[in-house]
Amino acid sequence: VKLKTPPDEHVKIARDKWTGPFWEAAAQHRLAIPRCTNCGRFRLPPGPFCPRCRASEVDLVELSGRGRVFTYTIIYHPVMPSLADSVPYAVAAVDLDGAEDVRLMGNIIDADTDDVRIGMEVEVVWVDVAPDVTVPRFRRI
Amino acid sequence: VTPELRDSTAIVGVGETKFYKRGQSYPQTIYELAGNAIISAVEDAGLTMDDVDGLTYYGFGMGLDSAYLAQMLGIPQVRWSTCVTGGGGGCPGAIGLAAAAINAGMASVVVTVSPSQVLTFRITSSFATPPGWGPHWDLLTHTGIVAPGQLCSMIVRRHMYLYGTTREHMGAVAISSRANAGRMPNAVMRTPITMDDYLSARMISDPFCLLDYCQESDGAAATVTTSAERAKDLRPPPVLIRAAAQGGEGAWGQGTEALQMPDSYFAASGYRGVGAELYKSAGIGPDDIDVAEIYDHFSGMVLLQLEDLGFCKPGESGPFALEGGIRLDGKLPVNTHGGSHSHVNLNGMTHVTEAVRQMRGEAVNQVVGAETSLVTGGPSKLPMSALILRKG
Repeated sequence: VKLKTPPDEHVKIARDKWTGPFWEAAAQHRLAIPRCTNCGRFRLPPGPFCPRCRASEVDLVELSGRGRVFTYTIIYHPVMPSLADSVPYAVAAVDLDGAEDVRLMGNIIDADTDDVRIGMEVEVVWVDVAPDVTVPRFRRI
Repeated sequence: VTPELRDSTAIVGVGETKFYKRGQSYPQTIYELAGNAIISAVEDAGLTMDDVDGLTYYGFGMGLDSAYLAQMLGIPQVRWSTCVTGGGGGCPGAIGLAAAAINAGMASVVVTVSPSQVLTFRITSSFATPPGWGPHWDLLTHTGIVAPGQLCSMIVRRHMYLYGTTREHMGAVAISSRANAGRMPNAVMRTPITMDDYLSARMISDPFCLLDYCQESDGAAATVTTSAERAKDLRPPPVLIRAAAQGGEGAWGQGTEALQMPDSYFAASGYRGVGAELYKSAGIGPDDIDVAEIYDHFSGMVLLQLEDLGFCKPGESGPFALEGGIRLDGKLPVNTHGGSHSHVNLNGMTHVTEAVRQMRGEAVNQVVGAETSLVTGGPSKLPMSALILRKG
């Protein structure tokens, strides 16, 4: 069965000082993950302190967007009635090449329900779901 | 050095309302449900509301207010009012707070209550982050992740990948719980299920099917905790709090709500650290536990808790369950009342009341000779919590 995605109008993004830069880069279709300038640990969700060294400052490191599926689920039940036409959709947690400490979540697109596997190599696809909202999704490579 | 908490307090009263399927308790109010459970528990202890001077809760759920409860029930003087943080499983932790207060002399008779009343309307139609939850949620919710089962299914999927855990392994949990609930007169789901029923149930969030999920229920359950010394003079057989623990490893953190845990314990329940604290405090280990009431929002997460708590080695919980290890006649009877899967879902409080009845020797599905029990409050984000109780 062909995988779908949630309706665009459902996606709302709130931003703060720390998550804002991630979404601003996303709007430009760039994957930029904050990394501690002091100890080099990547930080997701973006936040004000490094859990390893407590430093605040980060660099935004641009990554290729390639990675491997660490785990996933395929959602068949529309928890909200408005999702009825959007199932099944797959959600994956992806280990990103070049950023060992974090995982990025996204829907798997351009695939069938039976295609998704742990370890599957994927790349980020940026999808503009609204004029001011761009989200990362993943496609098999 | 013996931890000061060990065996110094006891659960002396348990009480419950009638149990309802979701939304069926109206027009009663949530405070009416909570109040009835408290009155019942205080009566069970042979005490009166004049004796009660403390209130503790697990905060998620309905956000109870001690001010209104104390006013409504006419409690003469409140000396202790606290709440376990987080959105995970905190009912055992709330009883731990009661024990800590009594042990420190800051309260003498503490009520812990957990009501549930499911809203009859849908509260959301978009993935907008609820106010106050923090923008980190948007890294998840843009994917259409909106429910705890979806998140936990991703953890269990990883466990299946690493260890060959199967749907039949999870099914064994659901089937055993239903069999136990079938003998409970107050259970909301009593019709037995077979492995065929389980495997043909509709898929919700693969690998979780409908029968991997707990119920949504209305009702309330409460306990009364006091000092072990005072418990000697009360009517019910005392059930001693051998140990209480709550928390979790910092790197587990938001756990199921962020999925950023280290690989080394991602396919887990977050209970590893809590379990270690619990056994250390109790001075006993998993082999000493006669019966376990393991919070069961999702059947797969029961398996992962059995591993984190040392009942099984990593990867061995599935075969243990399928071979009958968790059944009433198994090596470790689990969820003897039927759990949140089939008995009732009151945020885990009935796991505590069932453990108390097992230790009193008066449970419907009594495990013969059981003297020590372990109760968990549920894996989610930190803090997870647990208790070890023993026959007084």
